Amino acid sequence: MKRWIGISWVSTVFAFLYGPLLVLMVFSFNQARHTTAWQGFSLTWYASLLENQYLLDAFVNSLTVAFVSSLAATAMGTLGAFAIAWYRFAGKKLFFGLVYSVMMSPDIVMGISLLMLFVTAGIHPGFFTLLVAHITFCLPFVIVLVHARIAGFDPAVVDAARDLGAREHEVFFKIIFPMILPAVLAGWLLSFTLSLDDVIISFFVTGPGFEILPLKIYSMVKLGVTPEVNALCTILFVLTLAAVLVAHFLIKEKKK
Amino acid sequence: MNEKQGFKFIAVFLNMTWFALFVLAPGLMVVGISFLTRDISTFFTWPLTLDHYRELVDPVYAKVLKNSLVYSFNTTLLCLGIGYPFAWFLSRAPGHRRPLLLMMVIIPFWTSSLIRTYALVILMKANGLINTVLLAAGIVSEPVSMLYTDFAVYVGLVYSLLPFMILPLYAVLEKLDIRLMEAARDLGANSLQVFVHVVLPLSLPGVMAGCIMVFLPAMGLFYIPDLLGGAKTMLVGNFIKNQFLTTGNWPFGSAASVFLLLLMVLMLAIYFFISSRFNRSQLS
Repeated sequence: MKRWIGISWVSTVFAFLYGPLLVLMVFSFNQARHTTAWQGFSLTWYASLLENQYLLDAFVNSLTVAFVSSLAATAMGTLGAFAIAWYRFAGKKLFFGLVYSVMMSPDIVMGISLLMLFVTAGIHPGFFTLLVAHITFCLPFVIVLVHARIAGFDPAVVDAARDLGAREHEVFFKIIFPMILPAVLAGWLLSFTLSLDDVIISFFVTGPGFEILPLKIYSMVKLGVTPEVNALCTILFVLTLAAVLVAHFLIKEKKK
Repeated sequence: MNEKQGFKFIAVFLNMTWFALFVLAPGLMVVGISFLTRDISTFFTWPLTLDHYRELVDPVYAKVLKNSLVYSFNTTLLCLGIGYPFAWFLSRAPGHRRPLLLMMVIIPFWTSSLIRTYALVILMKANGLINTVLLAAGIVSEPVSMLYTDFAVYVGLVYSLLPFMILPLYAVLEKLDIRLMEAARDLGANSLQVFVHVVLPLSLPGVMAGCIMVFLPAMGLFYIPDLLGGAKTMLVGNFIKNQFLTTGNWPFGSAASVFLLLLMVLMLAIYFFISSRFNRSQLS
């Protein structure tokens, strides 16, 4: 009896979490434009996406921002995690505090605070401001992920390398980096996902000249539901799914 | 400077500078500007004033804050009510099934909340799937209006934020020592007593972490009421967005943001209070 309650509770919640997404994906392949009745399998909406230059541009913009910002955040965050784990420096506590406060603070506060910074500094909103904002919100995730991995291995390995005459960059690139690589890759993939999906922060820091996909979807949905949006959302969901699955696999590897 | 110091300098300097420029400085700007006066052309100007905070407690705007707090509070309760039993059952699932089940919670956690909100729009619109099914089954004779109601906003908030409640709860419940429950039972406690006196207190840090991760974002997710609710339903997030993008009143929007930051500090303080008390009681 108890087991039965558990199974039905868990499956109901999963149905709630996945049902709407599933419906969205199925209907992206629906022939019909206006009704929700199924009128046969079709790739019409995917084809019409390919002809929509505005959406394609936004998609390329989104991918560019996500790629560059996730790469930069991963490089910098890996160094940051390394700094926290191995070095003592003034302001370490403040740094740690800032890392966590970025993760906890509401997106909208970060969005408006960066908006004010950019406008006051006279920086034109667009690709550059988006990049800076996305690096900033991805950075803490990379630092925390990589730090957990660094903290997990034996420091004697590093001492041994130093005793054997390895120089500092050799210690980092030949010893530490290969050991933390899974966490670094996971951090990169998750940053990519975060960047690709962000709505709230991007909303405040992008300009009219540089459109990105989530904001485009947002304005399209506000105007009304079109089957192209279903197809677009399905593509984005599948991309996220792939990134998360690979990242999860990489993080799990470390425990073995 | 030798190589080691050089490496350290780059690693520390780069990150510290980035956080100082793009987290600390803008954060201080929010607080600073909230005390300045509004200006049409330069957005803010001297003199210092408390007017924006006074306005926030003015009945018109206080109502927005109160509404948003009510939405967040109810959303948090709903997530806790659905998520706690879910996390519990998940943590008691057979060991070999758990990784897959956990993965199924993590996927929506990372999936764009906008896409998931849009998926709800499709389901709930007047000629959406739910209405089509209800009409076809003869349960209703005309479409039920679900979209643009409070109900839709709650569904949207819970749908977006539920994974953020489940994951921290699962993390504490999975580690829970089953022997403590057995001991309580051996000493004559019934199921309710075991839950109230053993399971619940031990999972309190997870409960608090989950509540923070639901309550705070629920104040700011402006696109959920935008897409699912009528114009009446307004979160602090919508209010801040309007101050910045429609009215151009930076100081007032900043004051509302400071309100959110203070809420965050308050909730984190409660979290640390609970977990430090928790750690002490673990030791003694």
